[in-house]
Amino acid sequence: MTPARDEYDVAVIGAGPAGLAAAALTAKAGLSTLLLDENQGPGGQVWRAITTTPVQDKTLLGKDYWAGKELVEDLRKSGAEILQGATVWSLDRNLEIGISVGGGACLIKAKRVIIATGALERPFPIPGWTLPGVMTAGAAQTVLKSSGLLPEGRTVIAGQGPLLWLLSAQILRMGGKIDLVLDTTDKRNYRRALPHAAAFITSPYFLKGLAMMREVRRKTRVVSGVTSLVASGEGHVESLSFEAKGKKTTVPVDVLLLHQGVVPNVNLAMSAGVKHHWDDIQLCWAPELDGKAETSVPGVHIAGDGAGIGGALAAVARGRVVARAAIDALKPDAGASLPSAADLKTAVAKAEKGRLFLDLLFRPTKQFRIPSDDTIVCRCEEVTAQDIRDSVAVGATGPNQLKAYRRAGMGPCQGRLCGLTVTELMAEARSKTPEEIGYYRLRAPVKPIMLSELARLPKTDEATKAVVR
Amino acid sequence: MSREYDVAVVGGGLLGSAIAWGLGRIGQRVCVLDEGDIAKRASRANFALVWVQSKGLGMPAYTRWTVHGARSWPRLAAELQEQTGLDVCLQQNGGFHITLSDQELEGRAEIFRKLRAQPGGVDYKIEILDHAQMKQMLPHIGPEVTGASFCPLDGHVNSLRTFRALHTGLARFGVEYRPEHAVSNIVYENGAFRLTTAQGDIAAGKIVLAAGNANQVLAPMVGLEAPMGPTRGQVIVTERTQPFLPHPVSTIRQTDEGTVMIGDSKEDLLDDTVTNKGITSVMADRAERMFPLLGRLNVVRSWSGIRVMPKDGFPIYEQSETCPGAFVACCHSGVTLAANHAYEIAPMIAAGALDETRLGAFTVKRFEKSEAKSSGYY
Amino acid sequence: MFKRIEEDRRKPVEITVEGQRVTAREGDTVAAALLASGLDVRRRTAVSGAPRLPYCMMGVCFDCLVTIDGVGNRQGCLVPVREGMKIEIQKGRREIGR
Repeated sequence: MTPARDEYDVAVIGAGPAGLAAAALTAKAGLSTLLLDENQGPGGQVWRAITTTPVQDKTLLGKDYWAGKELVEDLRKSGAEILQGATVWSLDRNLEIGISVGGGACLIKAKRVIIATGALERPFPIPGWTLPGVMTAGAAQTVLKSSGLLPEGRTVIAGQGPLLWLLSAQILRMGGKIDLVLDTTDKRNYRRALPHAAAFITSPYFLKGLAMMREVRRKTRVVSGVTSLVASGEGHVESLSFEAKGKKTTVPVDVLLLHQGVVPNVNLAMSAGVKHHWDDIQLCWAPELDGKAETSVPGVHIAGDGAGIGGALAAVARGRVVARAAIDALKPDAGASLPSAADLKTAVAKAEKGRLFLDLLFRPTKQFRIPSDDTIVCRCEEVTAQDIRDSVAVGATGPNQLKAYRRAGMGPCQGRLCGLTVTELMAEARSKTPEEIGYYRLRAPVKPIMLSELARLPKTDEATKAVVR
Repeated sequence: MSREYDVAVVGGGLLGSAIAWGLGRIGQRVCVLDEGDIAKRASRANFALVWVQSKGLGMPAYTRWTVHGARSWPRLAAELQEQTGLDVCLQQNGGFHITLSDQELEGRAEIFRKLRAQPGGVDYKIEILDHAQMKQMLPHIGPEVTGASFCPLDGHVNSLRTFRALHTGLARFGVEYRPEHAVSNIVYENGAFRLTTAQGDIAAGKIVLAAGNANQVLAPMVGLEAPMGPTRGQVIVTERTQPFLPHPVSTIRQTDEGTVMIGDSKEDLLDDTVTNKGITSVMADRAERMFPLLGRLNVVRSWSGIRVMPKDGFPIYEQSETCPGAFVACCHSGVTLAANHAYEIAPMIAAGALDETRLGAFTVKRFEKSEAKSSGYY
Repeated sequence: MFKRIEEDRRKPVEITVEGQRVTAREGDTVAAALLASGLDVRRRTAVSGAPRLPYCMMGVCFDCLVTIDGVGNRQGCLVPVREGMKIEIQKGRREIGR
């Protein structure tokens, strides 16, 4: 399977909430639309395996999950071309997109590109986080949705954020066992978040969230105010120690699920040259966007969590705003039958209501973002926090110089699991702001592809002359 | 803020670091002024070859200088390891330049005929090997390989670790490395230099301009010149794989970590934030034809970098006549010549004079006479 | 590390892991099938040889790298299982040509 054409009006990258909504709208408006997605089926992470999940009892994964089905059906009727199992490895300023599908690479062009690559879980670099048996809560939720897998053995879920509670509730509903939930939310966050509680209380998330937390507390043990997490074991995680209320506890563990919120997946956008800034509330990089979610690279838009974390409902609403912008730019006549741009923006505002409260409440504390000593920061190249501090001491000023000293960020994940930590750690070590420290300069391929795939791409005489001498 | 240094080295890449390390080694008070995290960093984008073959066509002194540099590398590697504990993984067991057509192979032979015919060069061993001869040394070559030139002096090094070792060594020698100190102006007064940076002025008795292509701008501030002709090159890097390539090839090398680097394109465009996918494709295709098994490896990164390249391809080492104590050093091969910069150039700078008999050919005055023909690199 | 829910009605898919037969289900990714297999499926890193298991299951962490049908370093969390697939656990750097 390869794209049917070389050129499209709109290419949408990512088939999660934002991508599904955007592609359906542009295709319905008559724009040739290609939706590219790396997974085997649509849905992104939130609606992972929505068309194939073995968990068919609708009460188990919940209403918010099954809401995705309608969007997928909508998309399938829209006439958009959908390419699953397609990895986008390159996007440049000329809106040329490098795609790898089925072991072959190709290049296509689009008049508008909508990046809807969503979020990934924030790095949670505690001592022992690389041990087998430690994985993200999102990972456990992915196998739960897509394969109906439940953790086996003594299971601890640690961290903070809505997903922590949602996953706990889902596992418990499905008959799984969770031995302990460790809530690392900083008590002081409640005070900071409180002034913004009014907006949250009237948002759809409030009652759902409250019910879910009650459900989890009823079924399993929850410890709040947890600090100083340390996972240990020989070749596999065996125990977890933590502190709460001034007391240190060590528990045996077979599966440790970590989560401290999600952050925008910026790799593709940054590699295309999209300007980003440091968001000091969400503690991550966010793209600079105009009112139409267009980036600093003309023709490239970002929708969904990639534009700053807003959640699934906001992603859908943002996807439609961006789609509308693309339609207005390419086929203004088609816009008449669509919801107005103003209405779409109102929908975004409604969906984003209460977000600031969540951001402040679940803002992870420094100890879980900036590790000490020999805790691994870069999982691929196995670079520790101390290695990075040592490099700063001999002159590394930022992430790009750090590569020269320690290879951090040079492995296959290309900084996705260490980038934020590196920026914040170097900022702390140098008494600078993350904005001043900056981020890895990212380059294509943003996901590894085979050398033979690159070798089959089109070559010009000029390109040959630049190499063969 | 104003501080006194014997020497201020402008540029913290491999060239500036090697000179500063050499100066620190002999007890000079030195500071290195460098840019910040984002800059055109040729010495971080480089290909890490310690390379002799085919260098110096048009300037026999460059051949001699290169051979000397390659032969001095083991000393530098050993001394860095002793000082910092870091193994820079120098490997000098000979390198190949592989050809994919008879025409390319004949072109190589022609270069060596011309090099040998040059008076004043150094005679070192170069072999032109055919496919069968090569196969014994590089068993994984593909059927399209027509042959190669092989030079036993060639090798490679882990250039990032060299960089780290030099910087670690600088700190041990008490050399002050000052990043985020881009130099915007230099004034010569009362026999000393004042360098302006955004973080304040720096005062030094001597200065070394080792700022790569930026030397073009800095050199005229102290009565010097540095005519540069930078080009852009691209590099492809694969994931780590088990050792399969026992010798470096001019365009393909396997690092000690296991990654495979593929490089060597040349363009006049100077935007190092983008890569040309057509060029990437030609490079990947040639690499795969040279070693078909590379085809399955995953590429984890590619980048482009701007070569530091004096206009005629040969190094420039010069002291200012109007501002004595100001030196300029520019060259493409900061890796190959690192030992020369540490052990030869640094002591000359400390002593206040470049050795005319050894470095006379590298004077910038050569550009006044004629546009020397480039052969430059590889 | 993981067990399957009983209500899973998906079609079984037979694969081999290091020569042992494993029954996965249609729609499983290779990484999910390995986590549910009950076997020791820890890979070893290419840098230090440290043991690892999948971490993110969404294609970003590269800790699920595995040899599938003779091709090394594939992201197990992105590749769906197919009948007869041969999985080998990767120990350190991949071999050239695999």
